[in-house]
Amino acid sequence: MTDRIYSKKMTEIMAQFIKHTAIHLPDDVMSKLGELYEAEDNPRALQIYDVMLENLRLAEEMERPICQDTGFMQFLIKCGSEFPLLGDLEEVLKEALAEATEETPLRLNVVETFSEENTGTNMGPGAPTVWWEIMPGRDNCEIYVYPAGGGSSMPGASAVLTPSQGYEGAEAFVLERVLEKGPNACPPLLVGVGLGNSSETAALNAKRALLMSVDSVNEDEGAALMEKRLEKALNESGIGPQGLGGKNTVYGVNVVDTARHPACMGVAVATGCWVHRRGHICFDRDLNWKSDTHKDFNY
Amino acid sequence: MTEIRDGRRIIKEPVTTEDIKDLKAGDVFYYSGEALTGRDAVHERVVVDGQDIPVDISDKILLHAGPIVKRVDDGWECFAMGPTTSMRMEDFEEEFIRKTGVKIIVGKGAMAEKTEKACREEGCICCVMPAGCAVVGAACTESVLEGYWTDLGMPEAAWHVRVKEIGPLIVTIDTSGRNFFKDRN
Repeated sequence: MTDRIYSKKMTEIMAQFIKHTAIHLPDDVMSKLGELYEAEDNPRALQIYDVMLENLRLAEEMERPICQDTGFMQFLIKCGSEFPLLGDLEEVLKEALAEATEETPLRLNVVETFSEENTGTNMGPGAPTVWWEIMPGRDNCEIYVYPAGGGSSMPGASAVLTPSQGYEGAEAFVLERVLEKGPNACPPLLVGVGLGNSSETAALNAKRALLMSVDSVNEDEGAALMEKRLEKALNESGIGPQGLGGKNTVYGVNVVDTARHPACMGVAVATGCWVHRRGHICFDRDLNWKSDTHKDFNY
Repeated sequence: MTEIRDGRRIIKEPVTTEDIKDLKAGDVFYYSGEALTGRDAVHERVVVDGQDIPVDISDKILLHAGPIVKRVDDGWECFAMGPTTSMRMEDFEEEFIRKTGVKIIVGKGAMAEKTEKACREEGCICCVMPAGCAVVGAACTESVLEGYWTDLGMPEAAWHVRVKEIGPLIVTIDTSGRNFFKDRN
C-alpha cells in the first residue's frame, strides 16, 4: 500500500470507531451497569436504570448517540517509532473526527476560548486533544478515544499537597470533590485518581485512570487499597444513579500513580459519567486492528 | 391540564398552577406539549441582556438541554436530546423564572437556594429527567418547530420542540421550595 492509501484506510477505520463509541458502551461498562442494576433495591433508582437500559437499546437500534453530549474529543496515542503512519496520525485523527461528526452526527462542541465562537467543526486550537507516547522500536499503534462530556468533566480538580497531608489527604481531596460535584455529573461514575509530582502530571494520570477498565486493580498494594476504600466510601454515600439516591454511586475507582518529589504530592481527580464512552483500538503495521473495549465493532 | 392514564401522571400543555401545586419533591410525572430548550447563553440573553424570550413559555416547559438536530428539507429533526447540568443556570434562574413565568423546568442534577426561592414565590417546579438518555428524549420529541438564536451554536440555541410523554420527570424542587437533593429520605 502507498502511504496515501494507508492513511485513507486508517482514517476510515477511526471514523467508524469514533462513531461506534458514541452509540455503544464499552463491554466492561455494559456488564458493570448490569451488575449495579441487579444489586439495586431502591425503586426510584431502578426506574432510572430502566430508562438508561431502554436508552442503550434504542441507541443501538436507531444507531444514534447514547447521549446528546458527544463530548470534546480526546485521543491518547501510544505509537511505535516504526509505525508507518506515525507522522500522519494527527491528520488521520482529525480527518476521522470530521467524518464521524458528519456521519454520526456528533454535536458541535468546540468553542474557541475568549472569542466564545463555536467553530462548527468540532475542531479548533488544541481540539481535539492529542496526547502522545512513543514506543521506541515498536511498529504497532494503540489509540484511546475519549469523548469528554461537559457534565462529567466538571468534578475534575487537582492540587499539590504536602507530604504530611499524604495519602489520607489525597483521599480526602478526592472524596470531598466527588461528594460535592458527583451528584450532578451523571452517576454511577468511574472515578479516576492520579498521583504524581505536580498538579498537571497528577491530572494526566487521573485521565489515564479513566481510560482503564472499570474493574482494573492497581498492581501496587497501597494503591489498590486506596481504590477499595474510596469505592466503598463513595458507594456508602447513597448518592445513587443521577444523584437521586441508591445503593451504588460508582462503577469503580482507578488509581494511576507516578513517582514524585519527596517534598510534594500532586493529586487529581477526573470522573466519567454512566455513559462512559472510552474506546481502545490497536493497529499493527499493516493496519490489522482489534478493539478490546468494543468486541462487536466491525468495519 | 393533568391526566392520569395507566397509573401515569401526564401534564399537558397548557401548564397551569393547578397542575403543579400539589406535586411534591420526589413525585414523578410525564409531559406532553411544547417546550423550549435553554442553557447558559439563552439565560444570559434573557437575564443579562434583557432580550425577550422568543417563545412565551409561561404555560410550557423549559428544558435545560442542548440537542443534536439535523437539517432536513423543510426544517429540523431532533436526533438526540437529554438534559444538561442545571446548576450552571443557578445564578440566572430566579430572574429567568420571574421574567418568563415558566412553571416547569426540566434539567439534570440539583439547583440551589435562589431557584428554591423563585419556585416558592412564583409557583414553579424543577425536575430532572434521567440524563444521558438522549435517544429516549429524541423518541419523545415529535417535532422541532423552530430554532431560535442559532447564532449561539447548536447546543446553546433555543430549540422550540413538541414532545409527547417525555419523562419520567422527577420533581426536585416543589412549589413550597423543598429541594429533594437536600431533604431526600
